[in-house]
Amino acid sequence: MEVNSRNIKLWSSIGPRAAFGLSALELVKKYSDLMVLTCDVSTSAGLDRFRKQYPDNYVDLGIAEQNMIGVAAGLASEKFKVITTTFAPFQVMRCCEQIKVNLGYMKEKITMVGLASGLVLGNFGYTHCCVEDIGILRSIPNIKIISPSDSLETIKAIEASLNDEESCYIRLTGGTNNPIINKDDYKFEIGKSIVLEKGEDILFISSGAILNECLKASNELRKKNINCSVVNMHTIKPIDENIINKYSTKAKLVVTVEEHNIIGGLGSAVSEVLSKKKNSPPLLVLGIRDEYSKSGSYKFLKEINRLTSEKIIEDVQKKINEQYTEI
Amino acid sequence: MEQDQILKDIKNFSKDVRKIILRMSFKAGSASAHVGGALSMTDIISVLFKYKMKNLNKDKERDRFILSKGHACLAYYSALHLIGKISNNELDTFEKDNSNLAGHPVKNTKLGIDFSNGSLGMGLSLGIGLSISSKKKKENFNVYVVLGDGECNEGSVWEAAMSAPKFKLNNLNVIVDKNNFQQTGKNFDIMNLDNLSNKWKSFGWDVEEIDGHDIVKLKNYFDKKKDSEKPKLLVANTIKGKGFSFTENNNDWHHAIVTEKLYNEAMKEIK
Repeated sequence: MEVNSRNIKLWSSIGPRAAFGLSALELVKKYSDLMVLTCDVSTSAGLDRFRKQYPDNYVDLGIAEQNMIGVAAGLASEKFKVITTTFAPFQVMRCCEQIKVNLGYMKEKITMVGLASGLVLGNFGYTHCCVEDIGILRSIPNIKIISPSDSLETIKAIEASLNDEESCYIRLTGGTNNPIINKDDYKFEIGKSIVLEKGEDILFISSGAILNECLKASNELRKKNINCSVVNMHTIKPIDENIINKYSTKAKLVVTVEEHNIIGGLGSAVSEVLSKKKNSPPLLVLGIRDEYSKSGSYKFLKEINRLTSEKIIEDVQKKINEQYTEI
Repeated sequence: MEQDQILKDIKNFSKDVRKIILRMSFKAGSASAHVGGALSMTDIISVLFKYKMKNLNKDKERDRFILSKGHACLAYYSALHLIGKISNNELDTFEKDNSNLAGHPVKNTKLGIDFSNGSLGMGLSLGIGLSISSKKKKENFNVYVVLGDGECNEGSVWEAAMSAPKFKLNNLNVIVDKNNFQQTGKNFDIMNLDNLSNKWKSFGWDVEEIDGHDIVKLKNYFDKKKDSEKPKLLVANTIKGKGFSFTENNNDWHHAIVTEKLYNEAMKEIK
């Protein structure tokens, strides 16, 4: 797929799910052994065209996620490239033990695409939001976890995952008209984070669509002479320890921001790295505070979970005030 | 080959599987072993490994076997030993520290174990993946999956059961080892599986039900040519612990320790 500014805008406008569907249409031309397995979500995954144009590469298992992972593992054992997809809670939790045994323990290699993770389906309630997937999957060996920051990164992550040796979970966040984080073509490598901004006072580490709120917060803080580094930690497992170590050395505060429970997710992963480091700066973990709030729009849920740039700035300043007289 | 000789060979294979099951259980000592469910499927696995499955030692068009009821691995390891995949020394490591032969199968293609199993209700889905692959690649191999009847309590079995007819997987052969017991009692009391054949039929499978210890009937069943596009399901009526007087229909032998005294008695019985 040609990466140019027009396409980047188009993919952003249709959102990561439809961008994934478009990428599948391209990938099947390149990899004739690609099999896409779904649980009755072809429309939600942007796969309607794929289903019609490539029926031999498309398997709909109905609303039965446990069977989907088993069938995927069987196909993977026969060297097919396999993508499974459904909404994130069902892609991860409904079939969690199948993931553990078939992909973790047995190391059959597939790509799982978790649709509409995080808070974007807030109107539907927390059955359809997903703030637990990273924590759950991080505890299963032999599975990589990727949280793309925008549609372009989604497209890059899908292809990279097909060529990785291990199973990958690709966590799609945000909706249509998703903010563009990556404005130009760039090299995407699983496990290698991207430093979007450099500043010595605060190190922001984030991933997924919520990264945009960090960038906005960073811009506002700069106006107050607080300079921030912002890292796109698109791969949460394995986490990029080098970048965390390098950029936290001078930082006075590390802040992680995620559309996920503060237990088990990106913040936990970063804390596991910082806890091994001498003279580590304090860490502020921002995310869902281990609770299920009332339902509502994406905007509303980001607001009440304090994940907008304004709330992030408030929490960062509060933390600074607790820790230091000045930064 | 003469039919009589084929049947005799299968019976000898089956007898050897039973002996090895007991020996491994005895050697496992206090780690104890799942004896009952291994013995109930012994005749089924013997017909498959000694007679029905093709190209087991080749890469191409190799028939595939999945032991979904992974706790019955003793029968599986024994059959793999008898076809030359697992050595005698390896058998003796069963359930020992650092062994390749755990109390449930762990994927090890060198030893002929294609998949890890043990968590119930997962094997059939893997088999469907293989069967779809065989069709897509136009590779001529069959897939055999052995399920337990207790295992059919798992919802995932029925997710898989529902899906296989959709894909017209007539290369998929499932055998339910219906020994009428599960871990803590009779199926009837724990979770009634009444009309198991009808349940599978209603899901769109080609279903037959026979005595799972009758080698002649098992062989005839697997010999039958079928034109149907449906996946095949055999309800094999078996006896848990089949083969030894102290284990037959005695659910204490679901998972138990074989002492030296019992082992010696058993070996006398099987002569």
